[in-house]
Amino acid sequence: MGQTLAEKVWNEHVVRQAEGEPDLLYIDLHLIHEVTSPQAFDGLRDAGRVVRRPDLTMATEDHNIPTVDIDKPLADPIAKAQVEALTLNCREFGVTLYPLGNIDQGIVHVVGPQLGLTQPGMTVVCGDSHTSTHGAFGALAFGIGTSQVEHVLATQTLPLKPFKTLAINIEGHLPEGVTAKDLILAVIAQIGTGGGQGYVIEYRGQAIRDLSMEARMTICNMSVEAGARAGMIAPDDVTFDYLEGRQFAPKDELWFEAVKHWRTLVTDDDAVFDAEVTIDASSLTPFVTWGTNPGQGIPLGDSIPNPSDFDDPKARAAIEKALLYMGLEAGTSMRDVPVDTVFVGSCTNGRIEDLRVVAEILDGRQVADGVRLLIVPGSVRVRLEAEAEGLHEIFLAAGAEWRHAGCSMCLAMNPDKLTPGERSASTSNRNFEGRQGPGGRTHLVSPQVAAATAVIGRFASPADLTSV
Amino acid sequence: MEPFIVHTGTAVPLRHSNVDTDQIIPAEYLKRISRHGFGDALFAAWRKDPNFELNQPKYSGASILVAGHDFGTGSSREHAVWALQDYGFRVVLSSRFADIFRGNSGNVGLLTAIVPEDFIEQLWDAIEADPTLAVTVDLQQQTVTAGDLSSAFEVDSHVRGRLLKGLDDIGITLSYADAVTEFEQRRAAFLPRIAAPAS
Repeated sequence: MGQTLAEKVWNEHVVRQAEGEPDLLYIDLHLIHEVTSPQAFDGLRDAGRVVRRPDLTMATEDHNIPTVDIDKPLADPIAKAQVEALTLNCREFGVTLYPLGNIDQGIVHVVGPQLGLTQPGMTVVCGDSHTSTHGAFGALAFGIGTSQVEHVLATQTLPLKPFKTLAINIEGHLPEGVTAKDLILAVIAQIGTGGGQGYVIEYRGQAIRDLSMEARMTICNMSVEAGARAGMIAPDDVTFDYLEGRQFAPKDELWFEAVKHWRTLVTDDDAVFDAEVTIDASSLTPFVTWGTNPGQGIPLGDSIPNPSDFDDPKARAAIEKALLYMGLEAGTSMRDVPVDTVFVGSCTNGRIEDLRVVAEILDGRQVADGVRLLIVPGSVRVRLEAEAEGLHEIFLAAGAEWRHAGCSMCLAMNPDKLTPGERSASTSNRNFEGRQGPGGRTHLVSPQVAAATAVIGRFASPADLTSV
Repeated sequence: MEPFIVHTGTAVPLRHSNVDTDQIIPAEYLKRISRHGFGDALFAAWRKDPNFELNQPKYSGASILVAGHDFGTGSSREHAVWALQDYGFRVVLSSRFADIFRGNSGNVGLLTAIVPEDFIEQLWDAIEADPTLAVTVDLQQQTVTAGDLSSAFEVDSHVRGRLLKGLDDIGITLSYADAVTEFEQRRAAFLPRIAAPAS
């Protein structure tokens, strides 16, 4: 019987296999950031251990750094201590660090692919659940805990039990104006936040093959919001074109050798997945979450669900609780809900293509009165690229704030936060209670919907804008 | 990790059941950058009560915690184990532990030994009668003895094997270093490297 893509990558990385024991898997790339690494380095130091492969380890600062006044000392003493610890640890253990102020600093999941470090068929780990992003290249990439970070630092391997495989087939083509973000939000709404539990997802089908590399990263990024360990997309010419010429991509003869191998990284025709889901892309429309988990989403044109329409008392109670927290009335049309803040950025939608579509929509328009629009590039290089294209001038002219690179308002670990009761349209990945700040109310959207919403002041798609 | 074969020390009776990890270490202490220094935060809320067992001078220096059933429930935070170890505990005795807590403990070398509930009660009485009572936990024999009291205990056989040899998960993987090195020699030349190995 044939193998799935995930099984091929897994099998290529087994260092040791023994009956009744987890497989020992080799890790090709270990990404590090300031929040989940200090205790792991501490553990190494205690045990007198070294980092086995500093050359396969890369660190940057992203979670708790500010996105304004980045030349000033960090105001938060905890953030400052974590960043300082990362600097000292990387120096002591010989790990390459791209710190604040470096041209290669940024959100770890934006920086890795941008440098060409993420390549097809690799195993990639990081102490962050959105490591699933790198699966867009056909890599097996997943988040790990602090003890596992230490394990990888010391051994460059992890003992792991095999995952199950789930195929999500997206047939047909996405309609005009419907994006990768709408697609993944619709997938999560369909299979639920636990639908991917125990699985590695492989996204397949025409609509996936049609996507750019950056859009594929948006899809794989949110696999974890469906409960999956990882999400993958088979590498193809789109992948190879993106990689060719990047700093850490193979060169010359090695490039041809690599591409030859990468072309074998597809699920065999006779391979069997443990589960399959099929979705018709042509039926999708712009999607928005209304509740307090990424599975609570509806098409932008719909109204907020009514708890009384649900027979199951548990489902009813969950919706009531979410509506109470979100300060929403059942039956309200999404297009009638006003927002206070719009956030464009994060490892989900903080890349250059995201900023380009936002600029296209904002060009010649103004952010609505009373609405704050925060645009945060995912990396320093994304920021520079946007400025070279003049996108920042459009943002500033529209009344948006143009920030420096970082995780920013995705996770309330740095100064960019919602205030209690404030409502946001956000291109990030989680709408949990308090995720963007205590009492904050988050609605997950695509960059297109974010930009149109910023202009109108209520949830909207670009089609709702009158032409300028 | 230090091997654990036999440990003798004094014990603290913790007459509580369902002690969750939020009680062992509250979330506000999770933002630190070290695994150390959590001993001060151990049972932070309860330690505000001067009568709490850990605040009683007669139990100072104890290295064995004798707890009620379902110890370590709730959040998976590894900090709970770090805090117990940092305070000086080598062993926790209970009639039942939460799974994740037990797994975390095994990973970092805190012995969680399962003994019958009536033995816990007898031990509580004995320790309260004489706080200097020496309690011996023998991992080789899987027994706990204290004066006239004695009981067998249960422990996960994988964890027992590792603790006896003083191997943590990393220690075990490091024992396969040859297999890892051999694998590395087979890795494709086109795979990315960020800098020359520090060697």
